Amino acid sequence: MEGDLAHIGAGLAAIGSGAAAIGVGNVAGNYLAGALRNPSAAASQTATLFIGIAFAEALGIFAFLVSLLLMFAV
Amino acid sequence: MATETAAAEGEGSSLVFHPMDQFIVSPLFGDGPVGMFTITNVTLWLAITVLCVIGLLVLGTSARAIIPSRAQSIAELAYGFVYKMVEDVTGKEGVKYFPYIMTLFMFIVLANFLGLIPMAFTTTSHFAVTVVLALAVFISVTVLGFVKNGMSFLGLFWVSSAPLALRPILAVIELISYFVRPVSHSIRLAGNLMAGHAVIKVFAGFAAIAAVSPIAVLAITAMYGLEILVSFIQAYVFTILTCVYLKDALHPHH
Repeated sequence: MEGDLAHIGAGLAAIGSGAAAIGVGNVAGNYLAGALRNPSAAASQTATLFIGIAFAEALGIFAFLVSLLLMFAV
Repeated sequence: MATETAAAEGEGSSLVFHPMDQFIVSPLFGDGPVGMFTITNVTLWLAITVLCVIGLLVLGTSARAIIPSRAQSIAELAYGFVYKMVEDVTGKEGVKYFPYIMTLFMFIVLANFLGLIPMAFTTTSHFAVTVVLALAVFISVTVLGFVKNGMSFLGLFWVSSAPLALRPILAVIELISYFVRPVSHSIRLAGNLMAGHAVIKVFAGFAAIAAVSPIAVLAITAMYGLEILVSFIQAYVFTILTCVYLKDALHPHH
């Protein structure tokens, strides 16, 4: 076994991607629930859906970035 | 690095290659240090991307056929798609800036797709590339906001619908979120592409181990399909966020 505390930190930072998964699932699930209630309004809201997913996902990507920094830059 | 030592210890204990090796920037000619103007594999693939955009949009539509060829119908679909997006998000006023947004979209989507070719280099997985794209958007949108609205552009940070006592606090939050925009804008694109390609390479490393290789090959295929989707969606998200920022610059009042 090799590695140091930075590798453990990188693993801990990867938990953030799970949190982003919850966020993205929340956005998409609520969109689907709304779309099934009122299908005629669904098509006009796909842009908002993708913007919402992008914002939720960005924070997961930040966690990924932190773990990359810990693996390769520290 | 850890990879060489692990590979020396014996096979099966570690991946046969490092998943991040695909992102190494190396000079095309010779192996000197990479300087400011060195021609590297990034330069090559950026040039190929630009040539593909020109080939698709200029050569593809030059025939102007009534019954479009395949290249012409792809070009027309892309044009209509981006035009509708700009019109929907920014309104009639934003259509003036459509050429810039179309350029951004075509460049990013083709860079992403070209990166999916095996052995190709994904230029948009590098922060150096995406930060330039995002900073160009950030600076041009900020300058445009001040040119169009003068000092009332700062009304973007003064949320007039909130209670008066809260407004200074909200102004600070809005200011921070405004300056974080280019950071998240660029990291989202590069991070998604880099993560997806790294995952494919990790599975490719597992494919060298006989016991799990069928599962690994299936996983590579599935990830590849997902990556095609992600490539398009990330280009779409980058472009639509540019439209949203442009709308904020044209109509700064909440």
